Amino acid sequence: MKFGVVVFPGSNCDLDAYHLVKDVLGQQADYIWHQEENVSAFDCLILPGGFSYGDYLRCGAIARFSPVMKSVVAFARSGGLVIGICNGFQVLLEAGLLPGALYRNLCLQFRCLFTHLKVENRQTPFTGGIEPGRLLKIPIAHGEGNYYADADTLRRMEANGQIVFRYATADGEVTDTANPNGSLYNIAGVCNEMKNVLGMMPHPERAGEAALGSEDGRLIFQSILKSWEGSR
Amino acid sequence: MMWKAEIKVLLKKSVLDPQGQAVEKALASLGYGNVQDVRIGKYLEVSFAAASQQEAEAQVREMSERLLTNPVIEDYTFELVEV
Repeated sequence: MKFGVVVFPGSNCDLDAYHLVKDVLGQQADYIWHQEENVSAFDCLILPGGFSYGDYLRCGAIARFSPVMKSVVAFARSGGLVIGICNGFQVLLEAGLLPGALYRNLCLQFRCLFTHLKVENRQTPFTGGIEPGRLLKIPIAHGEGNYYADADTLRRMEANGQIVFRYATADGEVTDTANPNGSLYNIAGVCNEMKNVLGMMPHPERAGEAALGSEDGRLIFQSILKSWEGSR
Repeated sequence: MMWKAEIKVLLKKSVLDPQGQAVEKALASLGYGNVQDVRIGKYLEVSFAAASQQEAEAQVREMSERLLTNPVIEDYTFELVEV
């Protein structure tokens, strides 16, 4: 399987994402510079974390108009797998590929810590390989991860199974104390209606090896592989 | 004709403003117990050429909705000045 890691000026988790899919999972991978206009060589696109365009104006607001984004949108609309992590999630929201918005953490602090994620929908290409009840220990590192969508949108998302991950305690309870940033309903990750585009604030690429404190992030990428192999 | 748009962007009323709340508490701790609400937003000045006021206003709205604001969480108002 061939992964493409989109690189905007200011991306800083691109190497981590590349390392995980290439070195840890042994797949093909290439960087895609933001000026690139063709992404057809790839099976899955990763929009990594960082501070694209310095987070000027709003996180992801300027990256969303990068030349590469036209083809990312077309790739996603035609069913291609796209995963946006942290700043990549913000870019996907600004691009209108996912519903809602992310803004300043309720606590106003930059939060950098391990979180536990409850998997709310295992019927997606990103979670299909995760066994029922399995919590994912994956770190966050962000100042603007407070998820918001209006009540109608949230209801629709809930009904469509678009809420994929919620912040939970180590026991799997979705509580206010487990919520690191004020996100509505503890939302940590969402997908589009077609389920081929995922955005999440936690960093699975930083949790792919035992030396990093958790290997749970691998489960997401192994799910992607499984789904891709199943679709061939 | 040259125009200057003065655009104010604020979080929607339905969206919590954590920065505004922190400043509200700070004001209260300074003795301003009468402060009831603080909202923090952005102020932008955009200078540009347009043939008429109507065209200028339409363009400010378009720029605001496409890039300058995120309509999911933000509202905006603007004033247009001929310069």
